[in-house]
Amino acid sequence: MNESDEKWGALPPEWREDTAAQLQAGETLLAWFEPDLDERLHYARGLVVLTDRRVLARGRARWDDWPLTEGTSLRTAEHGSAGLLEWVNGAGRLACWRYTAAKATAAHRLVQRLSALQSNGKTEDLESARAVCPSCGATIDADDGRCETCVAGPAKVSPSALLRLVSFARPRAGLIALGFLLTLSATAAGLVPPYLTMPLIDNVLIPWQENQVDNFHLAVWYLSGLAAAALLAWLLEWGKLYVLAWVSERISADLRSQTYAHLQRLSVEFFGGKRTGDLISRISNDTERLCNFLSLNLIDFATDILMIAMTAAILFTIDPLLATAALCPFPIILWMVARVRSRLLRGYLQAGAAWGAMTSVLADTIPGIRVVKAFAQESREIERFDASNERVFHSANRLNKVWSLFGPTVTLLTTAGLLIVWAFGIWHVQRGAIKVGVLTAFLAYIARFYTRIESMIRMASAVQRASASAQRVFEILDKYSNVPEPTRPVRPGRLQGRIELRGVRFKYGAREVLHGLDLTVEPGEMIGLVGPSGAGKSTLINLICRFYDVSAGAILVDGVDIRSYPVEEYRRNIGIVLQDPFLFYGTIAENIAYGRTDASREEIVAAARAARAHEFILRLPCGYDSLVGERGQSLSGGERQRISIARALLIDPRILILDEATSSVDTETEREIQVALENLIRGRTTIAIAHRLSTLRRANRLVVVENGHIAEIGRHDELLEARGSYARLHRAQMELVNGSVSDGNE
Amino acid sequence: MATNEISKAPGASPPFSLAHDDWGRLVLTDAEGNRRSGVEVVRAFPLSAPRQFVSICDPKGRELLWLDRLDDLPESLAQRVEDELSKREFLPIVHRIVSISSPVEPSEWEVETDRGPTLFMLDSEDDIHELDECRALITDAHGIRYLIPDTTKLDEESLRYLERYL
Repeated sequence: MNESDEKWGALPPEWREDTAAQLQAGETLLAWFEPDLDERLHYARGLVVLTDRRVLARGRARWDDWPLTEGTSLRTAEHGSAGLLEWVNGAGRLACWRYTAAKATAAHRLVQRLSALQSNGKTEDLESARAVCPSCGATIDADDGRCETCVAGPAKVSPSALLRLVSFARPRAGLIALGFLLTLSATAAGLVPPYLTMPLIDNVLIPWQENQVDNFHLAVWYLSGLAAAALLAWLLEWGKLYVLAWVSERISADLRSQTYAHLQRLSVEFFGGKRTGDLISRISNDTERLCNFLSLNLIDFATDILMIAMTAAILFTIDPLLATAALCPFPIILWMVARVRSRLLRGYLQAGAAWGAMTSVLADTIPGIRVVKAFAQESREIERFDASNERVFHSANRLNKVWSLFGPTVTLLTTAGLLIVWAFGIWHVQRGAIKVGVLTAFLAYIARFYTRIESMIRMASAVQRASASAQRVFEILDKYSNVPEPTRPVRPGRLQGRIELRGVRFKYGAREVLHGLDLTVEPGEMIGLVGPSGAGKSTLINLICRFYDVSAGAILVDGVDIRSYPVEEYRRNIGIVLQDPFLFYGTIAENIAYGRTDASREEIVAAARAARAHEFILRLPCGYDSLVGERGQSLSGGERQRISIARALLIDPRILILDEATSSVDTETEREIQVALENLIRGRTTIAIAHRLSTLRRANRLVVVENGHIAEIGRHDELLEARGSYARLHRAQMELVNGSVSDGNE
Repeated sequence: MATNEISKAPGASPPFSLAHDDWGRLVLTDAEGNRRSGVEVVRAFPLSAPRQFVSICDPKGRELLWLDRLDDLPESLAQRVEDELSKREFLPIVHRIVSISSPVEPSEWEVETDRGPTLFMLDSEDDIHELDECRALITDAHGIRYLIPDTTKLDEESLRYLERYL
């Protein structure tokens, strides 16, 4: 970093000269911000600069400036995806600037800098606000929190997704080579018979017919040659098919595994934006199509190419002139293939998408069938499915339209090729230039040639279909996790559980939902998060679990930024109990041991006891071996919750997250679960969200979150005395409880 | 309260006795001489660890006694527990599948079990669970369960019937 960079921070060089002319002697630049919209919300670049004395703004052509006087302040407001930065004093608005979501962080930074300056006269220069990227160690802006070197660029679009399959084929190169060798020899063996028919006709049949010359002893040789060639071709074909089918099945299985493994590593954010059905369709359907392509079409294609090349060579050696005539239609066919190709690709991509959409409708409605039925929307869902099925039909139909014309046209052209050979051949025989046998062999070859061409043309469609599938699969493989692994990891080992939030901000798209949270949680402390829905409580928990990364600021656990820990090792220290616990298909024992598959049966039973689940499990027909989850034994909400508590207990986490763990059950069950939870909470750093304030009695401190800010922190009675937000919430709940009781009495 | 303490001490070798009273109910007498009648003996892991982890519960399902391993008990007592368990558990072991009425469900299965030959209806292929590599559990239309302890030991014909479900 050179000297001018230090002076100007990250101010873009094109502004520097201009800005320097505006600054007075001894005035220092504190922060800057580039609004990118004008008042009509058209794109227009501007600059707002904060110094220790003034706010300067560069409009379209001129500079304005306002001194920092008492009562002036900056504030931001966000409407839709456009933001507004206002410069106000006690009397009204002095100026305003508009910006897109891309500049929101910079706008907030400007506001923060000014308020820091006004509240404590802190004029920290730009340099001291820099921090080190927790992942790679590069210098980053502390306010922004994003490291330029770590943020992935836009996905690279490869020209042909199919070619990328090569990387999956490489480990099997040996077998592929063997398969190719077998293909080559099988094809060659298949070309022998017509060659043998040539002397058979010219040396045996025709001499006998015309001059009664007996050459039949030769026929035996020719016929046994034919038989041997056929036998050899069969043997080689067998080997080839088996080897190549094995390889292609292997490649597509590898592709499936790798895609699924990659999918598992992607962040929660990715799944939030994807339709389950479409993902399933990509992993199952598209990889299956690729396998078919590799095992059937590609082999055929290779054989075809070889056959065509070899046949062409043979034709030319027999009679170059005849060969040239016969191959006339060939360039026309190639030209047609080139034309039709891109239409086919587009068609198959569309068909793939339509198929994905249809699977999505299924994946959507089958799990939600109770809602569908409860609202009597069966017929609407049928219509919805029909509509997407119709789209599948239409996209297929569009392909068929192209295909149905294209196929017969190729056949017509190949027939034309045959006709040319006949005409040319008859003329040649008449002139005595060739013998009948040569013509027969020629016809046999050319017939093969054009059947091969035809089947190769069908490849055009198969290739496009497969590359559409490959594109859909690689699209997943090209996605990066938004929660990247650190490049210089710090091993967390077993954490103490001290959590520290430093100016944590988080944006969902353009909307900032957490506006700079600061909080320290001591090891073993239990924190209750309270506040209205949408205040940002769940977001905060998602950040602590690292399902998402902060937009700005940092979360430190045991004094280290959590982005420096390898994600899996970090999460191993966290136990989560969610509102609606998910049980996987499997036995109860397996579900309890989900986070620690090596747990012994004794440990599983001990965890179940502590979670108050042991006795109801014993009452099930197979005890701990009972199958639960989809297709399994049905359990009540409270029972499932206790299994999930046992699951969290078994991994013995240092940090425990309870997200509305008791809100979906009745009060009686809640009491039971509370006992279970108390066993779980003991000695662990716990962060609990609950709407029922009564469930947070055990909390050491309560944190009231409102509109993405921390409104209050304190113990239950302290907060009641403070008569703030918490007291209001508490009063509202008491009224609700008392109200319902008195209602019941009436 | 006393019963609770017992259940909280897993592994403690428990001198207790089981007997039937005049009504045929099972009576547990624990180390302190407390008697509880109408108790039930259940296995916690009936499929994966049948010789371990047995619980004795009161009629309401509350646990009174926990046995880590049956083999740790005196032989006669272990036999006693074993007898009670076998009286309570109905899990026929399938030795042979004689026939399946149709390749699509619901289908009627004719099987030979350790408790004699029987017929049952299978509602859906989801009712056949592969527990691990070679064990399978079949749940029929009435919820009765049948165990195939080792599919590799089935005869060829039975295996052919079963193959498509595994």
